[in-house]
Amino acid sequence: MANTAVSLHSVSKHFGDFVALQEVSFEIADNEFFTLLGPSGCGKTTLLRMIAGFESTTSGTIDLYGEEIGSLPPHKRPINTVFQNYALFPHMTASENIGFALKMLGWSRSEIGARVQEMIEMVQLEAFAERAPSQLSGGQQQRVALARAMAPRPKVLLLDEPLSALDLKLRQEMRSELKTLQRETGITFTFVTHDQEEALSMSDRIAVMSAGAVQQIGTPREIYESPSNRFVADFIGETNLLEATVTAVDGQRLTCALAGGSALQALAAGAVTQGQKGVISIRPEHLRLSQDQPTDGLTLEGRVLDIVYIGTDSQVSVQLAQGPVVRVRQQNSKAGQETLAVETPVYVALGGDEARFLTD
Amino acid sequence: MSNTGFDLRKYQGFFAMTCLCLFILYAPLIIVMIYSFNDNASITRWSGVSLRWYFDVFNGPESEKFKRAAFNSLTIAVMAASVATVIATSAAIGMVRGGNFRGKALSFGLLSLPIMVPEIVTAVATLIFFSTIGFKLGTLSILIAHTIFCIPFAYLPISARLQGIEASFEEAAQDLYANRWQTFRHVLMPIMGPGIVSGFLLAFIISLDDFIITNFIKGAGVETLPTAIFGSVKQGIKPNIMALSTLMLLFSISLVTLSYFVGMRGENRNSSQKT
Repeated sequence: MANTAVSLHSVSKHFGDFVALQEVSFEIADNEFFTLLGPSGCGKTTLLRMIAGFESTTSGTIDLYGEEIGSLPPHKRPINTVFQNYALFPHMTASENIGFALKMLGWSRSEIGARVQEMIEMVQLEAFAERAPSQLSGGQQQRVALARAMAPRPKVLLLDEPLSALDLKLRQEMRSELKTLQRETGITFTFVTHDQEEALSMSDRIAVMSAGAVQQIGTPREIYESPSNRFVADFIGETNLLEATVTAVDGQRLTCALAGGSALQALAAGAVTQGQKGVISIRPEHLRLSQDQPTDGLTLEGRVLDIVYIGTDSQVSVQLAQGPVVRVRQQNSKAGQETLAVETPVYVALGGDEARFLTD
Repeated sequence: MSNTGFDLRKYQGFFAMTCLCLFILYAPLIIVMIYSFNDNASITRWSGVSLRWYFDVFNGPESEKFKRAAFNSLTIAVMAASVATVIATSAAIGMVRGGNFRGKALSFGLLSLPIMVPEIVTAVATLIFFSTIGFKLGTLSILIAHTIFCIPFAYLPISARLQGIEASFEEAAQDLYANRWQTFRHVLMPIMGPGIVSGFLLAFIISLDDFIITNFIKGAGVETLPTAIFGSVKQGIKPNIMALSTLMLLFSISLVTLSYFVGMRGENRNSSQKT
C-alpha cells in the first residue's frame, strides 16, 4: 500500500466478559473510501469509535500516518466524525456549527469566515447558513454535519451510518454526492454501514465484519464475486448455499458431492482438503433455467416452485429433485420464459467457475 | 368525540370538588391581597380602597426593619442559590455523565435526603452543629445553611435537563477539538442552560421563603423577611403585613413564571431539534 492512513494492529475490545472486537488488524490507505460493513452488533461502530477516540482499546495499537494515536483523547486526533444522528449543536446556526472546530483550533475570525463560506458552498447551503438546525430538513442537517466535520481538513473522516436517517430517495442522492465529495477533497473516508448496497456502490474497499472479527477485506467486486467464507457470501447480495463435501482436489478446482449425490465443479476460496464439508455458493443470476436438458455443463433437475416478478428480472424458486430449493434470477426480456409456470419441470444449469466452495 | 378516553368532566361532583380545593387553597391569599388595599387600621373592618399600607411598608415605623430584612433575604438568597447551583450542576454532571461509579445510589440518596428530612430536624441539628463547633450565629451561618438545603432543589431540574441531553453533543464537541472545559463552556452549558436557570430560581425562592431553619440559626439582631414578618405579627397583625405579604407573593409568582418560560423555551428547542 503506497501510503497508509490508518493501521490497526491486533486491536481488541472487551466490555466485561463480552468480546466486542477480537484481534482486528487492517490498513486503510490514503485517499481511500473504506467501508466497515456488517450486521448490527458486529463491532463496526465500536471500531469506528476507537479510531475517533471515544472508546479505549483493550489491547492492540492504532496508528495514524505512522504515529500511534491510541492514547490520545478525541480532541487531539486530527480525525472528525459525522454522527449517525448528526449531533448538530442546537443552540448554534448552521454556520456556527461548521465553524466550531476552527474556533476551537484557534483560527482567526477572518480565516474561519472564509473557510465556513467555502464549506457552505461545497454543500450548497448558501440560503440556510444562518438557520438553526431545528429549522433544517433531515437532508440539510446531514450536509451541515458533513461540512462541520470536513471544515478543519481532517486527515481521516469517519462516517457512522450517516445516511440511515434519510428517506430512500435522498439516501441514493447522498450516496453519489458523498462519493464525489470524497474524490474531490481527497480526504480518507471511513464509512460504517449495515447496508450492503450502500457499501458496494460507494467504497473503494470494504471490510466485512461479523461477531467482532473482520471476515474479508476487498474491493466491492472481490467481496461480491469471490466471497472468502460462508458468512460473506450470505451477507452480501443473494446467494444459494448448497451443503457439499469435497471429493477431489485439483489445485483451486474442486469436485464436490451435493447432499443428494449429484457431483458439482466448484472453485475453492482457500486451502481445501479432500473430504472437507462446506457449502457451495452460487449467485441466483449465475444459474440458467431451461425446459430441455442442456447438452453440456452440469445440470440439476427440479420443478418450479414459485415465480416472483420484480421488474427487469424474475426470481424463480426451483425445488431440486434431490433436496434443496435454489433461487434463479432471470431477465424478463428473454424469450421463452412465458411458458414457465409453477410445477413445470426444469433443468438448472451452471458453469463451474461461478460456483464457490466455502467453509465457515 | 369518542368515549374511549378518560374524561374527568363526566364524573359527578368533579367540578364542585375542584372549586372547593381551589377555594381552600387560595381564599386566604385573596383575602390578604384584598385587605392589603384597606384604608382602615383594623385588619377586619373595610373602609375603602387605599395604598396607605404600601406606603407604610416603605415609610412607616417598621420600614427600616423590613428594608434591612429584605436586603438580608435577597443577598442571602442570591448568594446561596448561586453557590448551590454551581454545586448542583457539578453534581448533576457527575451523576448523569459519570458512568457507573461505586456509591452512585448512595450519592443520589444523600443528595435528595434534605428534601425528605423534616425541616425542624435539620434546623435543630444545624443549630446544635454550629454551637458545638463554636461558629458565631449570624448572616454567615444563615448563608451556609441556606446553601446546603438549596442544593437538592437546584439539583433536581438541572439533572432532569441533563438526562434529556444526548451524550453525542459532548462527543461531537470533543471530536471537533474542544477540550473538557470548552465542551462544557460552549456546548453542554448552553444546552442545559434552561435547567440551570430553573434550578437557580427554585433554590432562590426556597431560600427567600425559608423560616424554620433561619429562625433557629439567625442569631440575635439578624433578620430575614420571613423572620421579620413573624416578629412583627407576634405583636398583633397590622395591615402593613398584608401589603408586605402581597408584595412577596407577587415577587415569587413572577420568578416562578419566569422559570416556567425559560424551561419551556429550552424544551421547544430540544424537541424540535430531534425532528
